[in-house]
Amino acid sequence: MKKSMNLMAVVLAGAFVAGNAFAQALVKVDGSSTVYPITEAVAEEFQKAKKNSIRVTVGISGTGGGFKKFCRGEIDISNASRPILKKEVDECKAAGIEYIEMPVAYDALTVVVNPKNDWIKSMTVAELKMIWEPGAQGKVMTWKQVNPAWPDRPLKLFGAGADSGTFDYFTEAITGKSKSSRGDFTASEDDNVLVQGVSRDVGSLGFFGFAYYEENRDKLKAVPIVAAAGKPAVAPSSATVIDGSYQPLARPIFIYVNAKSADKPEVKEFVEFYMKTGAKMAQEVKYVPLPPKAYTYNSDHFAKRQKGSKFGGENKVGMTIEELMKLEAK
Amino acid sequence: MDQARVEQIRRLIVVAKRWDTFFVVLGIMSMMFGVLMFVTLFVDMGMKGFSRIDWEFFTSFPSRHAAKAGILSAWVGTILVMLVTAMAAIPVGVAAGVYLEEYAPKNWFTAIIEINISNLAGVPSIVYGLLALGLFVYQFGFGQSILSAGLTLALLILPVIIVATREAIRSIPQSIHEGSYACGATTWQTVRDHILPYSSAGILTGIIIGMARAIGETAPIITIGALTFIAFLPTAPFTGDPPAGMFDWIFAPFTVMPIQMFNWTSRPEAAFQLNAAAAGFILVFMTLAMNGLAIYLRYRLRKNINW
Repeated sequence: MKKSMNLMAVVLAGAFVAGNAFAQALVKVDGSSTVYPITEAVAEEFQKAKKNSIRVTVGISGTGGGFKKFCRGEIDISNASRPILKKEVDECKAAGIEYIEMPVAYDALTVVVNPKNDWIKSMTVAELKMIWEPGAQGKVMTWKQVNPAWPDRPLKLFGAGADSGTFDYFTEAITGKSKSSRGDFTASEDDNVLVQGVSRDVGSLGFFGFAYYEENRDKLKAVPIVAAAGKPAVAPSSATVIDGSYQPLARPIFIYVNAKSADKPEVKEFVEFYMKTGAKMAQEVKYVPLPPKAYTYNSDHFAKRQKGSKFGGENKVGMTIEELMKLEAK
Repeated sequence: MDQARVEQIRRLIVVAKRWDTFFVVLGIMSMMFGVLMFVTLFVDMGMKGFSRIDWEFFTSFPSRHAAKAGILSAWVGTILVMLVTAMAAIPVGVAAGVYLEEYAPKNWFTAIIEINISNLAGVPSIVYGLLALGLFVYQFGFGQSILSAGLTLALLILPVIIVATREAIRSIPQSIHEGSYACGATTWQTVRDHILPYSSAGILTGIIIGMARAIGETAPIITIGALTFIAFLPTAPFTGDPPAGMFDWIFAPFTVMPIQMFNWTSRPEAAFQLNAAAAGFILVFMTLAMNGLAIYLRYRLRKNINW
């Protein structure tokens, strides 16, 4: 046994020749899986730019889970796919944690159907509401029930899991109340499961972030959304998110920086780097970047340590980039 | 014996033999079901991931570009966590096993401990994760570190090691004990000079099988907060400024192989599925290699024992 332990130590020592013997500065990020790809991309580039002198870790524990850790002071930055909610504001306050809020990109929640589905050209929010509201459970089971022009085919539903910010936002935008949804659909935190599900059944309908649609265009068809009667049907894309016409499923995503951590040079450098490269990284991972001035606002707020949230502890549905900019300019 | 009776016996034998054949076929089918399932999975992962397995894959950090992403932080994390697990679980597990076999008085208290150990072996791993989150991460303040993860997995495999140790000790003939005591040896001398050396093959097998289980555990590690993106290595073990710096590594943030795989499978880009398959192939290979080592060591150590 001793011999094999020694052998193990030698192998390990070999693996660590490149390792640095000194304790290094560390930036800890955790939270939403939706924001994760952007932060991960920034962290990768940041560590490359800094020649690994500053270490960055990025975890995934969901927007809610991230804020829990954030308000306990365990992490420097929280990734969030929705604004901080009242309950979390109070939690942070009780723990004496102050924060700086920074929108970093836009995501377009995308409603998708099977590519062989030939009867859907667009859907209205009212139709989506008929399908997804809690009262539909066990009742609205075929496409025909939603719109008589559609075939009498069983409706198979796929959606984000109930713990995700995506689910919170979708239900709020469609049924009018966060987390209010029918329960009889295939829910998964893993969006690839939803992609597979929708791509296998002609009568299926699902929703998830734009990036998953973008990477699976050959297997899915995005549904143009009619926000209200009389409005045109708008398909999700960067252009329609930027001009504010893709409604109400476009949403801003955020990072929250612990104000105390912001005084640490490594966190400050990382956030500044984030604001400089965020737009490019967001685009690369298939999110919609904010206009350049948004990142300037963020940098200003950060430099001035402007604390608190501009959202008053609630999700604001259907906010366009322009409206967000007005809010941020304040 | 009359002809009719012979016929009757012959018929009986034929029926019994038929049952025998039937059971052999059933047994082989049952066995092949498990084996084929595993082989299919393993080959499937190997075929999908093979194009990704090269030197770069082992020496690169995770990346948002599937083709550049590697498992360096994951396999180093896995090995370091296993190191802590081994250092914690082996001494405690073996000592507990020896105590229960050689020293423990036969009373209700020992009986309760024994029942508890067999129950612990069946506790779902997520429960250990929750326990560790409360105890190691917050109560003891170890944080989301290699140390917390290693100790959690050590708890998880302790019952396996204890049970294996006891089984190994029980397989030593009673006459060895008695002989030793008859020569005037104390219990400790008996354990040190006879019990431990003779049972080492069995104990080692138990340890390695326990470790092979721990290496693939994901749930408890996620619970205590292993990270998903981590593009650096902890400081090398035992190289920092002594004495405190030598143990910097056990408080380092980390990730492990199963978590890296899980992250890759949930990516939108299809190319990451290949990375996940490659990482899975390597993880299964690590487990197989450990089990192979167990078999080899048992064979070698057994050969050296002359009662």
